[in-house]
Amino acid sequence: MNKDVKVIRVKNLYKKFGDFTANDNLSFEVSKGEIFGFLGANGAGKTTAIKILCGLSYPSSGEISVAGFDVYKERELLKRNIGYMSQKFSLYEDLTVYENIRFYGGIYGMTKQEIDTKTNGLLDQLDLQHSRNKRISSLPLGWKQKLAFSVAIFHNPEIVFLDEPTGGVDPVTRRQFWDLIYEASRAGITIFVTTHYMDEAEYCDRVSIMVDGRVEALDTPTKLKEQFNALDMDQVFLSLARKAKNVE
Amino acid sequence: MNRFFGFLKKEFYHIFRDKRSMLILFGMPIVQIMLFGYVINTDLKDVKMAVLDHSKDEYTAEIINKITSSGYFQLTENLQHLDQADAVFRKGEVKLILVFEPDFGKNLIKNSNGNVQILTDASDPNTANLEVNYLQGILQNYNVEINEGRPVPSSVQVKSRMYFNSNLESVFMFIPGIMATILMLVSAMMTSISIAREKELGTMEILLVSPLNPLQIILGKVTPYLALSFINALVIIGMGYFVFGVPILGSFVLLMAESILFIFLALSIGIFISTVAKSQQVAMMLSMFVLMLPTIILSGFIFPIRNMPVPLQVISHIIPPKYFIIILKNIMLKGVGFEYVWKETLVLFGMTIGFIVLSLKKFKVRLQ
Ligand SMILES: Nc1ncnc2c1ncn2[C@@H]1O[C@H](COP(=O)(O)OP(=O)(O)O)[C@@H](O)[C@H]1O
Ligand SMILES: [Mg+2]
Repeated sequence: MNKDVKVIRVKNLYKKFGDFTANDNLSFEVSKGEIFGFLGANGAGKTTAIKILCGLSYPSSGEISVAGFDVYKERELLKRNIGYMSQKFSLYEDLTVYENIRFYGGIYGMTKQEIDTKTNGLLDQLDLQHSRNKRISSLPLGWKQKLAFSVAIFHNPEIVFLDEPTGGVDPVTRRQFWDLIYEASRAGITIFVTTHYMDEAEYCDRVSIMVDGRVEALDTPTKLKEQFNALDMDQVFLSLARKAKNVE
Repeated sequence: MNRFFGFLKKEFYHIFRDKRSMLILFGMPIVQIMLFGYVINTDLKDVKMAVLDHSKDEYTAEIINKITSSGYFQLTENLQHLDQADAVFRKGEVKLILVFEPDFGKNLIKNSNGNVQILTDASDPNTANLEVNYLQGILQNYNVEINEGRPVPSSVQVKSRMYFNSNLESVFMFIPGIMATILMLVSAMMTSISIAREKELGTMEILLVSPLNPLQIILGKVTPYLALSFINALVIIGMGYFVFGVPILGSFVLLMAESILFIFLALSIGIFISTVAKSQQVAMMLSMFVLMLPTIILSGFIFPIRNMPVPLQVISHIIPPKYFIIILKNIMLKGVGFEYVWKETLVLFGMTIGFIVLSLKKFKVRLQ
């Protein structure tokens, strides 16, 4: 991690849907190579914020730059430098493993050669060589999720945004998933990850906890536990979540 | 460019791997044409026929005998005068009158030409057309028989005339109608479902986060359907022409150009529907009720517009397929050129622009 280089800068971010404020004055920074946990109950406003950071929707106000690019004016450049795994599963079920990789590599402008070389390494790493030409629909969920993550960082982005990547996955697979995240982080990719599994919060370098659209706490897991006098992140979260109104 | 081809490849995988899409794309047009073509033309049996024989010789007797013994036709009346024709048809029993010219036999042998006229009650034009075809077949056989071993061939010349519907309006109408329906189905419905599917599955977000811009995404989504629709248009016109003898009297190039315009219109409607619909289900329902039913019911394809209640006639004016069907009918069946269809063409063009503008607006609003 390089604390001197900030790859995400958010200052006074507001996002309103009519009268409802989904993101209420968010301000934070994320360093290069950091694993940044973005926590909050359902309906806290995590997805709303992630979509703004990815250039999928515009903020109502605020100054935001991602990978050094302004989210209002430099969307095209921004998009080339990020990866995104949405909270819905996002590979094509009717395409094979290889066809999915080839397609996503292709839309990021990678050549067939690059794609093929990298695919081999990737399939070895995931132990998926045998399923190379199988349709995604025939894979178990855990493998799909790991593959979706690998596809999201296939074009070697500076930052990857993961929106509840481990939803519905068993604990063993979640552990393996986090191994992949660590590996990507070691390779220099900044990880911005939302989750509501509190044990996963412990794996992050820093976490922010959102309640009702506001960031109520932001620090390393160790410091947060000290601050809230808690044994684990679960207790930290509970003491904050009691204040919540907009729980879905 | 490579990105675009990658995108197209993926779209074709989606289409070719989905049984429902394949069925709609390739099964539907053929089944529809067959259904309309054959069900409308049911087999003939004992059609009541009258004869007006100005010649009364052995040849006319032989021909009449051949016709009645075929089982398709039944002689019920001998007329004395052509003036009786109208009255006979009005009674409704007799569907067909066979008229032999005076001295038919003599003309046939001496001048090698005997003239027969077939008058049909064309208030049911499909059947009328079929009856004429059957009769012509029988007369054709007779020609072959009498010419055996003769140096100069004689022939029975047939002229047919349709009563009550002299320009035979709806016999071939099913081809333009099927064209409009299928192109709507493939271009509008399938595109809107395919775009809605990406939204529903969440892959649309991934595409929007990628360096592809929205225009490229939309082009990638619609291009396969443009190509497939065009192939479908060719198949439908080809089957009409080769299997059912539906003529193409006007310019083939103009016909295809108009078809492409209509495909563009349908695609833009499909895109518009997908900006409104969040799921495949909704896209399908919208396409069904907003597109397919009006296309089938109100476009004049099955029910003539002039027979509709006035409110429906008014609604039919805003239905795009109506204009396309008029254009097709004019080019294919009347053989007229662009100067007769430019107004309808302009309407289709205007509608296309309209839907594209609406879709763009919707899309902008969604990003806010
Ligand atoms: N397009 C939208 N229009 C109106 N309200 C929205 C929209 N998107 C999200 N919201 C609301 O904003 C709040 C935060 O949603 P979201 O960011 O999805 O939460 P999270 O991802 O933390 O579960 C929810 O109350 C949700 O209903
Ligand atoms: Mg969410």
